[in-house]
Amino acid sequence: MIYEQIDRNKRKTYLIFFIFFLILAAIGSFLGLYFFDNLYTGIVIALIIAIVYTLITYFQSTSIVMQMNGARKLNSAKDAPDLWHIIEDLSMVADIPLPDIYIIDDPSPNAFATGRDPQHSAVAVTSGLYKMMDREELEGVLAHEISHVRNYDIRVSTISVALSSAIILICSIIGNAYRWWIPMRDDDRNNNNSGVIRLVLWVVGLIFAIIGPLIASLVQMAISRNREYLADVSGAELTRNPQGLINALEKLEQSTKPMKRVDDASAALYIDDPTKKKHFSGLFDTHPPLDKRIEALKKTFE
Amino acid sequence: MNTIIIIVVIVVLIGAYAGMYNSLVKYRNRAREFSSQIDVQLKRRTDLIPNLVETVKGYATHEKETLAHVVELRNSVTSANSLQDKVDADNELTGALRQIFALAENYPDLKANQEFSQLMEELSNTENKVSYARQAYNSQVQAYDTAIQTFPRNIIAGIHGFKEMNFLQIPDVDKEAPKVKF
Repeated sequence: MIYEQIDRNKRKTYLIFFIFFLILAAIGSFLGLYFFDNLYTGIVIALIIAIVYTLITYFQSTSIVMQMNGARKLNSAKDAPDLWHIIEDLSMVADIPLPDIYIIDDPSPNAFATGRDPQHSAVAVTSGLYKMMDREELEGVLAHEISHVRNYDIRVSTISVALSSAIILICSIIGNAYRWWIPMRDDDRNNNNSGVIRLVLWVVGLIFAIIGPLIASLVQMAISRNREYLADVSGAELTRNPQGLINALEKLEQSTKPMKRVDDASAALYIDDPTKKKHFSGLFDTHPPLDKRIEALKKTFE
Repeated sequence: MNTIIIIVVIVVLIGAYAGMYNSLVKYRNRAREFSSQIDVQLKRRTDLIPNLVETVKGYATHEKETLAHVVELRNSVTSANSLQDKVDADNELTGALRQIFALAENYPDLKANQEFSQLMEELSNTENKVSYARQAYNSQVQAYDTAIQTFPRNIIAGIHGFKEMNFLQIPDVDKEAPKVKF
């Protein structure tokens, strides 16, 4: 079960790469045609920027994400003994190394896991969650996060966060250049039939440059929604006690306080939607509704 | 031509044999690693108990019997030989410790004592670790047993004398609150 999940995550990673590559190529073709009058120059520039930026984000992801969310790292078990010990227990039974542990000072209860792989992973909980949950519930929540780590979900989400922020970066570069940079063209358009293709590419690229960031975040959200159910179930399997997580999710449902500081790119990482928007489930949700998750858990472990 | 085929077949067979043998060794070592993990945690737990007893003694002088019982159970954990015996003794100890934790409710000073609450956290932490290690041990034993019983590895297991391992028998942990007699 767990190995199938890891394989599925590896396939998903390739799919994400492919989708993001298409978006980038479209944006690049616009960039090239508009500013350099050369399709390939634009695509190459867009890809180079994206690759460099993605690699930097990927390898720095933990510290970037933690910084964006105002998290502080715990140095020893003394800082929060039960939290530390529970994570120790769960990583032992999940057979992964101990992740770095962070606390976010925020009264709203929430938690997330991030990193590249189990060797480079981190788990963060808000102080609100830490105070609100008893040991059993804390165990449930953390087991959910540890399964994100063990299933390599963290890699999928880190890559998609990195790629979509690269796309956002390129689009904002284009947006700025569009205002200040008058494109150089040597002539009126050559009026052979390549002109039509150029025009189509140009229009498609322009559309992608405008809605690219949106598509990027849609892909990211769709991936994240699916993942939560699986992490719930495998987390409950880890502790052999689904009730802990069920109780914890119920407590999360009751809390309506949104987090003080939510960064859009990492909203999808949390166990529950940090913005606490209550609306009909739709394309833009990063999380499936909590009551559906509770129901799914109850059904699985009946 | 024929000799080449024969050589290839022999090499493949040896390779498969070695691969299967190594995987059995790996399974067995993993199970052993977890069993030693249980042992480590049990040791840690019994090491914490004298401190707990000393701390409680200072506050709850009338509870000599409960404390003596805990010490007795602790000694039976350390003196037990097989892993199953140790785990059994430890289960009893868990019950006795719960009694001490519940008893703290009657002694507000004790409950407020920093050292006592630290010990309580350490003890319940180790208790959880023991139970997770048992869980991990059991699933590893299951993987190992399946490996030595299924074809074709059962042949190799037979030749090299890989023996079945036993699950640890554990009574269902009751989540009920401990009962305290007054």
